[in-house]
Amino acid sequence: MMGFNMLADLTNKGRIGLLLFLAILISLPFWSSSYIISVATITLYLAILGQSWNLMLGFAGLLSLGHALFVGVSAYLAAYLFSVLGLPPVIGIFPAVLLAILMGMLIGYLGFRFSIGGVYFALLTIAFAELVRISVDHMAVIGGTEGLFLQVSEGDRKGVDLINLRGHPWMFYYLAMVLAFLTLAGCRSLLKSKLGYYWQAIRDDQDAAQALGINVFRYKMYAVIYSSGIAGVAGVFYAFYQNSLFPESVFGIERSIEVSLGPIVGGVGSLFGPVLGAFILTPLGEGLTELIDFLKSSGIIDPKSKLNGLKLLIWGLVVALIVLFKPRGIWPWLNDKLGFCRKESD
Amino acid sequence: MAALLKIENVSKSFKGLRAVANVSLSVEEGGLVALIGPNGAGKTTLFNLIAGVFPADEGRIILAGNDILGLRPDQICDAGIGRTFQLVKPFPDMTVLENVTVGALHGTHDIGEAREAARKNIELLDLADKIYQPAHSLTLPDRKRLEVARALATRPKLLLLDEVMAGLRPTETDEMVAVFKSLNQETGITILLIEHVMRAVMSLSHHVAVLHHGEKISEGTPEHISQDPAVLDCYLGEEEDV
Repeated sequence: MMGFNMLADLTNKGRIGLLLFLAILISLPFWSSSYIISVATITLYLAILGQSWNLMLGFAGLLSLGHALFVGVSAYLAAYLFSVLGLPPVIGIFPAVLLAILMGMLIGYLGFRFSIGGVYFALLTIAFAELVRISVDHMAVIGGTEGLFLQVSEGDRKGVDLINLRGHPWMFYYLAMVLAFLTLAGCRSLLKSKLGYYWQAIRDDQDAAQALGINVFRYKMYAVIYSSGIAGVAGVFYAFYQNSLFPESVFGIERSIEVSLGPIVGGVGSLFGPVLGAFILTPLGEGLTELIDFLKSSGIIDPKSKLNGLKLLIWGLVVALIVLFKPRGIWPWLNDKLGFCRKESD
Repeated sequence: MAALLKIENVSKSFKGLRAVANVSLSVEEGGLVALIGPNGAGKTTLFNLIAGVFPADEGRIILAGNDILGLRPDQICDAGIGRTFQLVKPFPDMTVLENVTVGALHGTHDIGEAREAARKNIELLDLADKIYQPAHSLTLPDRKRLEVARALATRPKLLLLDEVMAGLRPTETDEMVAVFKSLNQETGITILLIEHVMRAVMSLSHHVAVLHHGEKISEGTPEHISQDPAVLDCYLGEEEDV
């Protein structure tokens, strides 16, 4: 049911590739540094969000540039329930994800009921994300611009408490890995279900889809519901991993764009594209930051020079190159070369 | 036989231009009816009215006793009408099999079952060797076949075909005519088609209606139509002069 028969989609080469990839991921904490683990955790977190974003654009043709909204409302609610009411995230995740889904449904309802399509729908998603960001700025009860913080004691960072999501960085790393895998498997089974067929039909030609009996409004709503729900789960993870939430850094448009870059680079509409994109961009960005720090400390470049924007600049360049040379993303091209996925005709 | 589809005094104007004017037409259950007429006569507009693309200004459209005017296109499909588009609308990034499976999923959630049904329709329309090709790679005649296969896969009672034989070679036209004839005989499906290819109209249809400037100017058997002076005057005549 959950798509654990993913192996059936892969050639033997693909299976070996996947097992190798999993072996590296699982063994990573045992042979790398805590810094690498933190980068890998964020990478997996972005892979989950990339999958969620790709579900809307790649599967159903709906461009969201406000995904930070779904992540943010869920993160804030779960964090608030935990820090003020003491409700553990294992329970808090339900209202938190529900709130993310309600936000998605509200945007979807307005957009689809009034036939706001394409880029105008994207503007609607931005508008709602900004609206909520500015509102949260003024909500003292959840910290306003001062931010919302979760208490972390020294002891917390040693154990493993999945109910309260307090624990060692390894716990968060493995949790992100499990969630990323579940998201991938879940999206795979969605794509291969009636929903997936209908979403792709709507994406390709809405009029033809409707003539084949597809209730376009309803199926677009399903896409937003699933997508915002996954983003909501990721939001709870984010809140308890970061332990600090600020309106700007949670709801800012850069966050929404960051979510979209992985799938664009990896391959919109494919299942492995968002994963690949996250694993290219996040380490690249972190590597650059490290490189600049290294160059500064060793005196090769002036330590006082401001290079804060360099990471974004390089990311922008990567995206531009991908769009120019591999407009369908890296995964479809790589898969053609290496033959990881089984073709339907085999 | 009872009328499956009854169009009663339907009119539609676009910005003052009467595209369809007071047209009535009855399609019997199991019938093969052709709608002909010069370009701009309102044939496709009439199709779009039946298929729920836009509402009529006046009149009624009744399918099997139920008024279907004002329903959305997907509800029209639920009611039992399948359609093709004159300007074909394949799902370009999906394969032929996936395209038709979307149609076959109407009324089932079982992907395996839908794919089996889709395969049968694909074979029927002679697309079996292109089953895993993306639809954007097909030639225009193949895209037209795909449109038919996809619409058929929704298992309609009434199939609306909008110029599906345009651009086919004469032998291909005959093949497609044969497909529709046998479908009609074996499954009892009712077909209403818009067609300019007279070769197909004459050999396929039981009944022909002629539209001109949005009005129905004649109807009857293919033989009757081909001798009606009004029809010869505005439509068929030009070809006979050659």
